[in-house]
Amino acid sequence: MKSFSEIETIAKRASRALGYSWGISEEVGKNIKLLEMFGISGVKNFNAFCKEFKGRKFQNITLIAKKNHSNNNHYCPITTGVNFLDQVNILDELIDLEFQNIAFPLLFLPFVSRASEVIGKKIFLKLDNTEFLLNFNQSIFTNLFNNNVINSSKMIHIKFLNNKDSFGESEWKNLLTLSHNTFVDENEGLKKSAAGAGLTDND
Amino acid sequence: MEIKLRDPKNVMKLSKLGSFHQSKLSFLRSFLREFKDWNYKKDLFNLDENGCGHVVYSFNKNNKVYSLICFGNKIDDHERSDRVIATKWDAAFTLYDGIPSKKDIERLALDVPKQEVGRLTYKELTLSRANKSIRIFNHVVEALSNGKQPDKEKLSKVGYLYRTTAVYGSGKFGLADRFRVKNRKEIFGPFRLEMMLVYLVRQFTFDQVNYIAKQRNPKKAVKLDRSICRSLGIGNSTGLGMAPFIVNHPTLLNNWVQARENALLTIRKIKNVNKTDFDLFKSTLLKFLTNITSWNTESEFQKKKINNLISDLKKIILHLDSKKNFKSNFLFNEIYLWSENNLGDECIELIVSVMMEPYDEIVDPLILQMSSDEEKYFDIPCNRTIENLRNILENNYSEILRIDFERKENNKNFWFISKNKEEPRLSDRFLESGSELEQPLAIARDINKLYEKISNQKNSMKISKFLSENNELRHIIRRAFIVEKFPYSEIQDNTIGDKLMPIDMLRLKLSFFGAVKFDPRSDKWLRITMFQGAPLPDELKSFDDQWIYNTIN
Repeated sequence: MKSFSEIETIAKRASRALGYSWGISEEVGKNIKLLEMFGISGVKNFNAFCKEFKGRKFQNITLIAKKNHSNNNHYCPITTGVNFLDQVNILDELIDLEFQNIAFPLLFLPFVSRASEVIGKKIFLKLDNTEFLLNFNQSIFTNLFNNNVINSSKMIHIKFLNNKDSFGESEWKNLLTLSHNTFVDENEGLKKSAAGAGLTDND
Repeated sequence: MEIKLRDPKNVMKLSKLGSFHQSKLSFLRSFLREFKDWNYKKDLFNLDENGCGHVVYSFNKNNKVYSLICFGNKIDDHERSDRVIATKWDAAFTLYDGIPSKKDIERLALDVPKQEVGRLTYKELTLSRANKSIRIFNHVVEALSNGKQPDKEKLSKVGYLYRTTAVYGSGKFGLADRFRVKNRKEIFGPFRLEMMLVYLVRQFTFDQVNYIAKQRNPKKAVKLDRSICRSLGIGNSTGLGMAPFIVNHPTLLNNWVQARENALLTIRKIKNVNKTDFDLFKSTLLKFLTNITSWNTESEFQKKKINNLISDLKKIILHLDSKKNFKSNFLFNEIYLWSENNLGDECIELIVSVMMEPYDEIVDPLILQMSSDEEKYFDIPCNRTIENLRNILENNYSEILRIDFERKENNKNFWFISKNKEEPRLSDRFLESGSELEQPLAIARDINKLYEKISNQKNSMKISKFLSENNELRHIIRRAFIVEKFPYSEIQDNTIGDKLMPIDMLRLKLSFFGAVKFDPRSDKWLRITMFQGAPLPDELKSFDDQWIYNTIN
């Protein structure tokens, strides 16, 4: 089995060999490792991307907008991802975004996952029919169960989720009441003797 | 009295870093202190009369076990090479996480001797190989098998029986990734697993030499005297592989140097120095003066350094002798300032190291700060502005910004990875091909490029906007924001100029490992010794903490 360290190093170097800058290649190395750690096929998808890289034209984005629709060519997942990550503090205000036609969209995913950590919000991402919940770059929850290469996406929707509870007040109250059953009800004697401070502290 | 940390722009100059010495902060010393109460065992000894076969040693405590599996191999003399191009070694080693089964040993016997072309698993933590110092090894076998102890003078010239030529960890060749072990308390300190491997390898060299001698002459053979064992370490040949490491791990580098600088600052701030502490400082300097006479080298560069060091050491000792009143306030600060004005870098940095000797209470907490979770600092803070970035460059790289990279001599070299051995190399960009595949290690040049590029950008521009059009500078922008938080993270020098001595970069790292006897074989590789004078594994419960200053005789 390859170690994650090997995966990161090889992906970084391969990215550089494609012509990306060292700085971007460092991001790619981290991302492929991240995908593999989350159980998503990073190496496979990156390898497929590398194979097609020379013979295929990609459209680059510099400034990301609310709606990003490519012309004839698919967006490059790496430059789109880098710019998404870099600009996420501004993009967050747009609440939801869409990207039409991203090539090898699973390579775009780790940038969004890292962006979730940067802004401190969960991000919901829908890639055609597949859904991903990106949890502050700590985990990725998805209904993607195969290990295949995804060559392109027609539409990716991204939604920044506000930090709010995933449960109702009554559910919380129920647990709170249960948790109180681990506490001791203090009688008068305990109130006087079990705490550290004095009963009068006027000195 | 205001005593400040030393300025990173001076400390992080290559000539200064290339003068660092081991200290109490060094990993092999702190490792031995931390592993004092671990139980050492020789679990398996299965060698033939030539020392080929396998041996297993272990350290264990509270159900936690680390095992070193050693493979002794037979190689021909013409196959023995310390260069990374070698494919066979006298011995190969791996540190295993737990107790290896018979099946594990069989599996590892196939892969460990192959080193870089073998495959390891997450159960193996570190990997290494070593070659005999053939003259010394044969001499010791000869002497022991004839019932005699070897010639100490001969031994002292080399200082070890075996030299390691690489120690790998952190996921290389399938080894366990760092994330699997980084939260284990017992190995939280830096390079603990690598130090454990090298330390146990040293024991293997003694056990192997004793065993071969015994097989050669069972009736007459004697064991290598314990005091001689103690005075032998493990050699190491180190090339350029270490140089990129210190550039590629900026926060780790910072934490090492910062710990050293914090220790120095705290010691300089001691108002009333205790006489016992002062005496220990002085006696350690005297011991070192004797010790350094056993540093042998053919390198004119190093000979000059050693001679200057000896001469400066004599000066400082005279100066200390002349001090009638050791009770003067801030004595160590006074000594430090005197050293800065009167001594060269080699001796100043030795004094910094030796000043730590009396102060476990200062040094020990700092050891815990010498690791780094580098991933935490990887993301670029893209909502910062060009003005912020410009300030960082001007405040932290002012010396570097003075270097003129239009001049050929400042731009002479390039770092690259050899296709043949996947190892770092350095070459002349004007004479050799390949500079288009240069590694991103020319930090000073790239900082200058970045500074020039932002010179005509608006102060208020966000880094995200700048990056969207200048991603070729992304790696260097990342570094600039790291140096803002970690002032000792950057070498404040030109790593591609014609005056570069790559061995300065190696020495910096090796000094933190705790290496001694720096013996440069060229400007690109050197030999060193580790654990010379150290207690043997069964002596760890109680040992002399200044063991590293003891001499072989």
